[in-house]
Amino acid sequence: MLHTVNKSPFQHTTLADCARFLRSGDVVLLLEDGVLACQVGTLHVALVEGILQRVAVYALGADLKARAITELIPGIQVTDYAGFVSLVEQHKVHAWL
Amino acid sequence: MRTVLTDVKKIMCTVRRAPHGSIYVQEGLEAALIVAAYGAEVSLVFMDDGVFALKRGQDTQELGTKGFAAAYGALMDHDIQCVLVDRHAMAVRGMTEADLLSIGQDAETGELRWPRVVEAGEIAALMAEQHSILSF
Repeated sequence: MLHTVNKSPFQHTTLADCARFLRSGDVVLLLEDGVLACQVGTLHVALVEGILQRVAVYALGADLKARAITELIPGIQVTDYAGFVSLVEQHKVHAWL
Repeated sequence: MRTVLTDVKKIMCTVRRAPHGSIYVQEGLEAALIVAAYGAEVSLVFMDDGVFALKRGQDTQELGTKGFAAAYGALMDHDIQCVLVDRHAMAVRGMTEADLLSIGQDAETGELRWPRVVEAGEIAALMAEQHSILSF
């Protein structure tokens, strides 16, 4: 399962909600305002690190760049739109809108 | 999404928004009914604020909206048997099983049908079995 999260963790609980439904082999893709969760030194680092211990976490590079997020929590993998498409091809998707 | 369902597809609709503040819940219910009409095996899952849509006693008369009662009644007519609610989402919102509304009657026995309260793990496992998941 590919779980996409596109909302800021500072305004929405979607990332934490999503975390409760993760299974081994699942993937989380952070995009749009969802990439705000990638930053180091925020309130939500522990949440993201907990997710990283269980599943792969990707973030969309274009959204990181747009928000000047350069320092990521270690373990988060940066992908592009082609990578996004590949993930969608490989997994069924649940969009945590 | 496939427009023609040649063999039976498993399609889940997840409802995660609170009712009445937006049209998401109504859309989710309608989507579930539509895909069921095409012969899909539909599961309808209420999680996060979506659990409020299953609270009994909702009265939208003064809002001037039609509410969900008719849509819930239609679930049984479309043979949507799998209506699940996330136990944790209910608990943190102060809801118990006694707060849930009935989702219609069994066509044969006339018994009231209820949403089934389940753990996140069961929902996650069911998600993994789906051909598609529509989120609302």
